[in-house]
Amino acid sequence: MTTKLFGEPVRRREDARLVTGQGRYLDDLGPGALAAAFVRSPHAHARIRDIDVSAALDVDGLVAIYTWEDLPGALAEPLPLLIPHPALTHGRTAYPLAKDVVRHVGEPIVMVVAEDRYIAEDACALIDVEYEFLKPVVGVEEAVQGVHLVHEDVPGNVGAHMVQEVPSRDGRSAAEAIAAAPHTLEFRLDIERSACMPLEGKGVYARWDADDQSLRVYSSTQTSTSVRMAVAAKLGLPLPKVEVIAPDVGGGFGVKIVHPWPEEILIPWAARLLDREIKWTEDRREHFVSSAHERAQVQHVRVGFDDEGRVLGLDVTILHDNGAYTPYGIIVPIITSTQLLGPYKIGAYRVEFSSIYTNTVQVTPYRGAGRPQGVFCMERTMDRVAAYLGRDRTEVRAANFIGPDEFPYDQGLIFQDGRPLIYDSGNYPESLRMLKELIGWDSFPEMKARAAADGRRIGIGVGCYVEGTGVGPYEGGHVQVTSDGRVHVSTGLTSQGQGHETVFAQIAATELGVPIEKVSVVTGDTRRFGYAVGTFASRAAVMSGNAIALACRKVREKALRIAADALEADPRDLEITDGIVHVAGTPSASIPLATVAVLSNPLRYAFDEETKRATQFSGASSMDRPPVDEGEEPGLEGRDYYSPIRSTFASGMHAAIVETDPETAEITILRYAVVHDCGKLINPMIVEGQIHGGVAQGVGGALYEKMVYDEYGQLLNASFMDFLMPYATEVPRIETAHLETPSPLNPLGIKGAGEAGVIPVSAVIASAVEDAEAIPIDRMPISPSDLHTLRLRLAR
Amino acid sequence: MSDATTRYAITLVVNGVVREAEVPARRLLSDCLRHDLGLTGTHVGCEHGVCGACTVLLDGEPVRSCLTFAVTVDGHEITTVEGLARDGEPSPVQRAFTECHGLQCGFCTPGFLCTATAFLRENPTPTDEEVLEAVSGNLCRCTGYQNIVKAVHRAAEIQAELPTEPQPGLLQAENGSGDSGERGNTA
Ligand code: FES
Ligand code: FES
Repeated sequence: MTTKLFGEPVRRREDARLVTGQGRYLDDLGPGALAAAFVRSPHAHARIRDIDVSAALDVDGLVAIYTWEDLPGALAEPLPLLIPHPALTHGRTAYPLAKDVVRHVGEPIVMVVAEDRYIAEDACALIDVEYEFLKPVVGVEEAVQGVHLVHEDVPGNVGAHMVQEVPSRDGRSAAEAIAAAPHTLEFRLDIERSACMPLEGKGVYARWDADDQSLRVYSSTQTSTSVRMAVAAKLGLPLPKVEVIAPDVGGGFGVKIVHPWPEEILIPWAARLLDREIKWTEDRREHFVSSAHERAQVQHVRVGFDDEGRVLGLDVTILHDNGAYTPYGIIVPIITSTQLLGPYKIGAYRVEFSSIYTNTVQVTPYRGAGRPQGVFCMERTMDRVAAYLGRDRTEVRAANFIGPDEFPYDQGLIFQDGRPLIYDSGNYPESLRMLKELIGWDSFPEMKARAAADGRRIGIGVGCYVEGTGVGPYEGGHVQVTSDGRVHVSTGLTSQGQGHETVFAQIAATELGVPIEKVSVVTGDTRRFGYAVGTFASRAAVMSGNAIALACRKVREKALRIAADALEADPRDLEITDGIVHVAGTPSASIPLATVAVLSNPLRYAFDEETKRATQFSGASSMDRPPVDEGEEPGLEGRDYYSPIRSTFASGMHAAIVETDPETAEITILRYAVVHDCGKLINPMIVEGQIHGGVAQGVGGALYEKMVYDEYGQLLNASFMDFLMPYATEVPRIETAHLETPSPLNPLGIKGAGEAGVIPVSAVIASAVEDAEAIPIDRMPISPSDLHTLRLRLAR
Repeated sequence: MSDATTRYAITLVVNGVVREAEVPARRLLSDCLRHDLGLTGTHVGCEHGVCGACTVLLDGEPVRSCLTFAVTVDGHEITTVEGLARDGEPSPVQRAFTECHGLQCGFCTPGFLCTATAFLRENPTPTDEEVLEAVSGNLCRCTGYQNIVKAVHRAAEIQAELPTEPQPGLLQAENGSGDSGERGNTA
């Protein structure tokens, strides 16, 4: 490695097009395409009696109207259940267009295709759907009573029930350990719904090539390879006749990993049927009511601990609201239950969750994917233990930490990838030390006293987490050096703003010893790379980063072999610097990588001066061997895959100082500090950006964002006007420090960073508000009026 | 249906170029720019005036193009993100956003760039408070804003280092004329 770019804050290569308006997002494509719009259910639970489209038929510019009855074959079946699990005994998914019953406001019923979106919406407005109302089931605690059912055949509205139990080292169950503990506490916690809310909604654009009998689909998806397989299967097309491309995507945060969305198969189907280009661009209201939400849980906690605050037994029961359908299985509550343990070794642990149907939008992963809830639970527990014992909150945490010499550490549970929850590496005491220093933990009491003297209330809070990142099964990378010396890298997973084009180019440039300007990266295009899983679970850097590094190593090895032949040198003596292969210490004995690429592909026909060197009369190849030697392939390219044995485990700790207004109960974050350990950093600038963005979403979840459903299952705040996402004025300046504990599991030693920032924020803010107010905080988000109510209740 | 289908001819000066379109009365300026004129750099994040992604400069002033009917700006000048660069060189604001990692997915970015461009013209040496205030009407779901705020400060610095040339799309605004500046009316 001679061109060191790995680890540098290299500026992003995406930006040049994105700051000049030259990005290509879904709705920027297909200017001549027809537009689709949907009639969506205005009711949370109803039987469809009749659909009358007659009034819409006169709309000028209308092209087609489709209901469930029009859908052929596999398209008329329910959407796939993406992640089956034995505990998900009653998994249910929606039909692409509702058949008989609608189960949440926003469920699509009719698809209209027209000359433009305005006209399509005109037609939608004229379609008359007759409903028979059914009793909506809203709120997880009402749902679990099972009086009214979301799905007739799902008793008690319970989609899944799962118990995991890890006994203590001396063989006690959690119940026994808690019963025997010197101290016990029991309490309830509540977390509200929020959602990913990428600034760009979903979108699909499809074009059918009748001459070629092939389909090209663009989708703002987090997994183009998997959408491709779903589309081919649903439409009965041969896989090679379907290509799916994720263009520039305006944020994902999890919602776009779900697939196929109804629109992702309906639009391609209609495009083929009509032999016209069709596009659907989700509007904001559609995104609120027909995409996905997350977070909502009710947790019951019982904990037993000793005088030092060491947790001897922990029992958590979770009611998880999965909304109306479970296409993404029970990944979210599984992650909550497993990642709840954080950086701690807990004596005995029992966790039980029920995943419950309600007549609301389905629940699928949102950045953090169940971890914020788990961390909220564990960190609230740590704070309560500390308060009970009158000990410092960081001391109690430290008493429970897994030691730096205890890795790999087996938590004894099964993680979301179906593999054991074994932490690969970490250094939690050091993280905590750094955090306390960064925020000034030890001097805070003084600061608090001074503030109090001025009539101000301030509080400090802390939160720790461990995040399983880089889950398998695999990703791949393909690297090709062409005869112009350019390096073309592709990987199948997709990008939504993470800067993959930059970081993957850094990896390739470093591995191959070429200037980064020579490297171009393509992601999420099945024409370039067909095998992939997708972008989620902070996995892209770990999975594709390592796969690309491995592919580069293959290319490098081959390049050195060919160059050694040409230079009559030993490949072990060769280096690549700035795209030139040369003998170490003898720069004059060199050959450009471009020429190596030419020589790697024996030619019959030259097309320029350079390629003459590879033709049959140039004397380049030995007469004793075939032009393409045994075991070789033409071309200077390599493909490799990275498939990890288990997840990597990043970690971090956050602290905040908040001020609460004694009069208005307004909560202001004065300082916010982050210590973050995601192993080796590829690009610190980008990692920092990920943390900033995550914390901002966490602040939203802690103080502002919640989906407000009324008893009828109407989402009352389905707009940016009413669902309060933080603006610049609401997000504090974030102070960061990095610890780099390499992962032993992968060649680059990296862990993921995408979700980290958001995970502990609710826990941290709750901790800080509690410290400021001396009122137990047990639900998130907390608004000024919530705090005000709590104050009144306590005063009584 | 006649309301929806009657089309009106409008003429706009977009990024210094005279552009003509025939639009129904209800056509949003954002849709007109994006779909009638092919300038897809202006993004639509909410279509209800809250996120600011669709911000463009109307006669030099930032407006939400999703809350503006195209027919109402007939004869006016509009600068979109595509018109911020000059002579193929990124503007100070565009440079600063790149330097400071002020964008991730880039979807909100055109709105921030237009907002910041107009802001720095009014206030070339802003305080921290003023910058925060200036960008606090735009939503970004990716960056946490810290680097956006940094970028606006940096843009002010870059701008101060440059020889004092008027910003694209702003000269016209100050003149209040339809003259499209250096690029000419090469529609
Ligand atoms: S799209 Fe215009 S303000 Fe959001
Ligand atoms: S960069 Fe993605 S919304 Fe701002």
